[in-house]
Amino acid sequence: MRKVKVAGVGLIPVKEYWEKSIQDLFVDASLIAMKDAGIEDIEKIYVSNMCSAQIQEQLNLAAVMTDFLGKPGIPATRIEASSASGGVAFHEAVQAVASGYSNVVLVTGVEKMSDVLPEIITTSLAMAEEQEYTSYTGVTKAGIAAMIHRLYMESYASPEEICMMAVKSHEHAVGCKHAQYPFKMSLERAMSSPMEADPIHIMECSGIGDGAASIILVPSDGEGVEVAGTAISTDYTNIAQRSNLLEMKAIKTAADKAYNMAGIQSSDVDLAEVQDDFTINGILGIEGLGLTKIGEGAKLVNTQEIDKEGRIPINTFGGLKARGNPIGATGIYQLAEITLQLQNKALGHQVEGARIGLAQNMGGMASICAVNVLRRIN
Amino acid sequence: MSVPRSWRNQIPRYRLLGEMCKSCGAIYFPSRPICKCGSTEFEPYKLVEKGTVVTWTVITNPPLGYEKYTPYVVALVELEDGVKILTQIVDIQVDEISKGMKVEAVFRKVKEDGIDGIIQYGYKFRPVID
Repeated sequence: MRKVKVAGVGLIPVKEYWEKSIQDLFVDASLIAMKDAGIEDIEKIYVSNMCSAQIQEQLNLAAVMTDFLGKPGIPATRIEASSASGGVAFHEAVQAVASGYSNVVLVTGVEKMSDVLPEIITTSLAMAEEQEYTSYTGVTKAGIAAMIHRLYMESYASPEEICMMAVKSHEHAVGCKHAQYPFKMSLERAMSSPMEADPIHIMECSGIGDGAASIILVPSDGEGVEVAGTAISTDYTNIAQRSNLLEMKAIKTAADKAYNMAGIQSSDVDLAEVQDDFTINGILGIEGLGLTKIGEGAKLVNTQEIDKEGRIPINTFGGLKARGNPIGATGIYQLAEITLQLQNKALGHQVEGARIGLAQNMGGMASICAVNVLRRIN
Repeated sequence: MSVPRSWRNQIPRYRLLGEMCKSCGAIYFPSRPICKCGSTEFEPYKLVEKGTVVTWTVITNPPLGYEKYTPYVVALVELEDGVKILTQIVDIQVDEISKGMKVEAVFRKVKEDGIDGIIQYGYKFRPVID
């Protein structure tokens, strides 16, 4: 396999773009990445998106987006893996370059959530769960996380300790130009917000936003930011089938494979982006990645160790909670942010001397998880 | 959910009928074609209709079609035979639910007025009255 590097990244701010279409967002982010890479000639396009069928009533996104990018004729593939769409699309894009099949691959994640009312978003996101016996109960994505959150509270941490995941993400987003909510949020404010799905408060959930992020991958020339490891894994979709409800096997399995491919251990990671779409999910992500022991994730987010000067900076641009969570684009935002860190272009968010960073992007209740490890090589 | 999908799920949903792997004894609800042990040989397995609440949540922002029932409790219940099942808990105020609560299966309306006009029925669970 060939080594693969990041040639360019493109981000647009996560917000509500009333005046733009999903195609517009896709093109905006893609053009920024192409300009960043100084590359016009794309050989292959991956589109990552989850909800376009329900929100825009649009499918065949690979062709539609390639058409709007002004590049009809180019091979294109749409990847849907619920909330993990971005991380999985990146994983596939890496393989396209590593295999030698393609030399210049554009992977752009896009989600335009503000086109419909929130109940349609809730319904669409619940499609990450099996429909006939899980969503059938009326449970939502937040509801599944809430049941795990409650078990975690019983075993390991107080509600406030778990909630600090959201407080920290907001703290890290301050000053971030592409973040949807770049301001601090107090623990008291989050804990006094209404319940989304007891015991998860609304302010412990990522919000609804529009966004697109883009990365261009090419064969490595031994300089810049390389893809050191990439892996995905899956688990039983229905939590009732799992033997240990607090162990997210897909996260651990994907992390172990990605670390192995990169020739590193979890202790070698300089910074990480984790999937904090709910506070509990961020904590389970940290634990699954082996950045701390099982049951100690909440304790870790209550320390300064996850700040940019700390032992293992986490969600340095605000994570899903504060940067925003445009579902199918989120995994690409994470990887673009890690790239900026490794390129020493993270401005006020910079982790000094960062060489190895990873993004953990999961869908369902960790029924699928992508872990992608990037490394600065010069 | 469409007519064919509701129709083919009638027996498992109405009777809480799953399957047991003939090779390793693993129980599946809903049933599936291949066991984790690799076997494809199953026999019908009737779930025990009583169990206890392992964990739960209260849904306040529901998916489409569940608005009339809000707020409602969804729980993970461990049945007396050790099988776990996701289900709504009904006949209860949302603040009365607790871990370890004994519950039993009950046949109830689940959802109505979908695009196909189907009134869906199936299992929910309710507290046991001792």
